[in-house]
Amino acid sequence: MSITRRHMLLLLPAAAIAWKHVLAGAPEASPNYKLSEHWWGMLIDIPKCIGCGNCVRACETENDVPDGYFRTWVERYHVTDYDIENPHVDSPDGAKKGFPPTKELGGKNFFVPKLCNHCADSPCTQVCPVGATFISPDGVVLVDKKYCLGCRYCVQACPYGCRFINPKTETAEKCTLCYHRITKGLTTACCESCPTGARQLADLKNPNDPIHEFLKTHSVQVLKPYMATHAKLFYNGLDGSVR
Amino acid sequence: MTAFKDAGHVFRLVAVFAVGVMVFVGVRAFLVPKSFGQYGHYRGDALADIAARPVAFAGHQACEDCHADVLEKKKSGRHAHVNCEACHGPLAKHVDDPGSVQPPKLDTAVLCVRCHEANTAKPKGFPQVASAEHSTGLPCDTCHQPHSPAIDTGKTEETAKATTGGTK
Repeated sequence: MSITRRHMLLLLPAAAIAWKHVLAGAPEASPNYKLSEHWWGMLIDIPKCIGCGNCVRACETENDVPDGYFRTWVERYHVTDYDIENPHVDSPDGAKKGFPPTKELGGKNFFVPKLCNHCADSPCTQVCPVGATFISPDGVVLVDKKYCLGCRYCVQACPYGCRFINPKTETAEKCTLCYHRITKGLTTACCESCPTGARQLADLKNPNDPIHEFLKTHSVQVLKPYMATHAKLFYNGLDGSVR
Repeated sequence: MTAFKDAGHVFRLVAVFAVGVMVFVGVRAFLVPKSFGQYGHYRGDALADIAARPVAFAGHQACEDCHADVLEKKKSGRHAHVNCEACHGPLAKHVDDPGSVQPPKLDTAVLCVRCHEANTAKPKGFPQVASAEHSTGLPCDTCHQPHSPAIDTGKTEETAKATTGGTK
């Protein structure tokens, strides 16, 4: 059968519709979740952190983090008097079992929770040679395990030391901001288990999120702003000694 | 008549090149997943893969749906803003099947000190005690009820008097 002009006129719109379906790809994980309506970050309220390690344990359970590796951890800072450029930092087992008593050495002591900063201009995604790590349209830095070669470029590129190679899968791993939870309307495991509210998930695109009022009324910083990573982990009450 | 001498060579070269391009496009279409490039230089389906993981922590909303009585107890106490699973642990399985999966019984002697053991690095306003001196070995729930930890004076006045050091 030869294709006549009449056939062609009928086929073209059909082909266009079919192509649209191809472009649409797979349906999103949660039917009510719209990628374009969110831009995720987190607020860390340092004066509220008690170093209990609940977040570290919760993250381990929620995400099957291998023992000895951390997607989130808590550091204890000790700063003597004016020597803020030389803090003493410790984090025994990532604070999974909390902290031993702090020695009375004068100066100040405080806890700093750490995790992926979910940078809007993340160095780790820029160095990936295969497109295995990326910033999702809702602002979460993720790793595609099926694509990751385990080349470790991203581990070196992260200025915050937030990535590691999973010894079992030999692929890069990091905080997903509990993407499987936030897309279902839940908060992250660390925020859920934090007893003092030192961590709060923030949706920067949601005008009703309390983060906006908080940012307006507090002195908030990000880590290493000179790296121009546009981190979305906002620290309230951050001391100058924190790296 | 040919355009110029030995034009056949050029046509053959072009043909080989065209075949090469077609093979490349064909193989690429076969190997690269359909969703690659959907949102950027990555596999769009990876988002759904990552989001498909089951949850371990059910979230306080799920707890409150059934345990309204506990919520009522917590509401007026100092632990009003502590989520259930902060102490009780991840209980999504219990939410899925409340009958057969029961939350583990908690030991207040272990649980309370996680947060309330005195440590100079903790915020000054946070209630903390040196547990060894504070309770003299008694379990915390002798005096304090975890859901609303202020001491119930009627019931435990005498025990409380013996162990007042450091409470807040």
